[in-house]
Amino acid sequence: MNTGVTEKTQKTIGGIRRSFAPWNDPQAVPLIQYKNVTKRFGEFVAVDNLSLDIYEREFFALLGPSGCGKTTLMRMLAGFEDPTEGQILLAGQDLVGTPPYKRQTNMMFQSYALFPHMTVWDNIAFGLRQDRMEKGAVNARVEEMLKLVKLEKFGKRKPHQLSGGQRQRVALARSLAKRPKVLLLDEPLGALDKKLREETQFELMDIQMELGMTFLIVTHDQEEAMTVADRIAVMNQGRLVQVDQPAVIYEHPNSRYVADFVGDVNILDATVEAVEPGMITLRPLAAPERRFRIAQDCPAKPGDSVAIALRPEKMRVEFDAPADPNVNCLQGEIWDIGYLGDLSIYHVELPGGARVKAAKPNLTRMVERPITWDDKVYVYFSPDAGVVLTS
Amino acid sequence: MRKGLSWFNVSSIALGFAFLYIPIILLVIYSFNASRMVTVWAGFSTHWYWQLFQNQQLLDAAWVTLRVAFLTATVATVLGTLAAITLTRYGRFTGRTLFSGMVYAPLVMPEVITGLSLLLLFVAIGLDRGFWTITLAHITFTLCFVSVVVQSRLVTFDRSLEEAALDLGCPPFKTFFVVTLPIILPAVISGWMLAFTLSLDDLVIASFTTGPGATTLPMRIYSQVRLGVTPEINAACTILIAIVTVVVIFVSIMTKRQEIERQKAERMAAAEG
Repeated sequence: MNTGVTEKTQKTIGGIRRSFAPWNDPQAVPLIQYKNVTKRFGEFVAVDNLSLDIYEREFFALLGPSGCGKTTLMRMLAGFEDPTEGQILLAGQDLVGTPPYKRQTNMMFQSYALFPHMTVWDNIAFGLRQDRMEKGAVNARVEEMLKLVKLEKFGKRKPHQLSGGQRQRVALARSLAKRPKVLLLDEPLGALDKKLREETQFELMDIQMELGMTFLIVTHDQEEAMTVADRIAVMNQGRLVQVDQPAVIYEHPNSRYVADFVGDVNILDATVEAVEPGMITLRPLAAPERRFRIAQDCPAKPGDSVAIALRPEKMRVEFDAPADPNVNCLQGEIWDIGYLGDLSIYHVELPGGARVKAAKPNLTRMVERPITWDDKVYVYFSPDAGVVLTS
Repeated sequence: MRKGLSWFNVSSIALGFAFLYIPIILLVIYSFNASRMVTVWAGFSTHWYWQLFQNQQLLDAAWVTLRVAFLTATVATVLGTLAAITLTRYGRFTGRTLFSGMVYAPLVMPEVITGLSLLLLFVAIGLDRGFWTITLAHITFTLCFVSVVVQSRLVTFDRSLEEAALDLGCPPFKTFFVVTLPIILPAVISGWMLAFTLSLDDLVIASFTTGPGATTLPMRIYSQVRLGVTPEINAACTILIAIVTVVVIFVSIMTKRQEIERQKAERMAAAEG
């Protein structure tokens, strides 16, 4: 299977992607608006006074651990749950109280929920027939959908005669067939193996671009969210922690929670020593004799306790101390090595007992003197590699 | 693993089958007995089958029984399915425990008590006893069996199928008929067949709730046997056994075949990737 997109269209898609940022445009009207939405199940607060705007043609991801309220948030948009308080607007109209079968949203279910007693064709035509669309138009639309998901030959099959990947495509085609205003995807790729999942992520993006539709995806897989989404909302305990583009979420997390949840990270506690415009000097608790300089404007005052988030791939592990004295540096011993093929992850134990992870790409097949267990090494990173977190 | 069966296995199986089937086999053999004496073999004959079809009383009773069973099974299936849906779908509504207890009470209640209490009820409200009272009584006690069968299917039913139908614009009532019912249909049919057979061979409750002109086959057979077992009764029973056997074999072959085809299709799909 390939994505079936030529180089040229890919370029235009890339072009659209680059310039697409309605969330920065104060004139833009959101397609979906959650306004102070709260959902309680008995005592449990699943969604806590949450407000969120999602724009047309956006591929928006709700990311969080299980139980954070992301699925509830989506199910409220589909109409399977009603908010306890607050409003949900779709294209300016309040949806609360509208039953699911009268909403212009369609959902692709985690279990796919294909009707087992119907053929692939009838599954895809199901929604169209509910609208009393005339037969010729139904046939044309189903053909088009089958073509879109590359299952033209499978129309007569029943769902149990399909592989997992094919079922996933039928579910996608069925939920797209009615051209909903918003397509909701509930962990759509969870049941696929890794390779197929990665391919399908790109297909989803292409389909979303091709149809110009708004997609809302719920996932606990941060890589998936980063790959497909224009913007990601990281959720925790019914609240939004950070809503931003994937690169911002990864490089400028606004809290320990986001830094820790998205990607691999070292979080070092530190005390603020000095604050200058564009630069902050810190004393890490794990190595109090050293000073770190981080290039960041930070509202912290000297003496404050903060944390530094450092991505392993932005840290270098070497035998020799760095030549540049301005580079932030730690000294330690190799505690453990995780060899991943493309990368090696070195766990370095600092003299105080704390450990940091640093990733090193394996650029050549052989190294004269590889770093190995118990080696004394320097771990260093530039001032713009780390992020200071105050919460 | 040892192949084959030990002498212990073989004898347990033989004893088990003998215990279950020797009475039935004897009955079938004696239905072809030429002699009027049930226990004396006097050569092969189909005489009693001819005799049976001349016996208007038995035929009438069979006709009543079939009508009662058919009506009972149909109504009990509808009500039992509704009860099962209520119990699995609507969470912990007020009075759920009471409702579930009432639905399942006939399952554990001695038949004599069910029969007697229904009789008292029919007398109290002045209902003429006969065909309709038997049917009502049978619906009451078979409903719970249907409910159990359907409920066990609904427990494993993927609710997102119904949500998907709603999501695609299908109203709830229609969703039940186009999505839910077709999927749980095998369980509903099993429930129907169970109710049908239960009603077919009920003697106790029918005896309590019957009136003049509505004698079911089990009642007729029982009253004739009290005057002495005739080979005619053996013949009637053999026909019943034959019908039941054919249906059971047919149903199990169908299920088996479906299962094999489903597995084959799944293997094919998996191989295609």
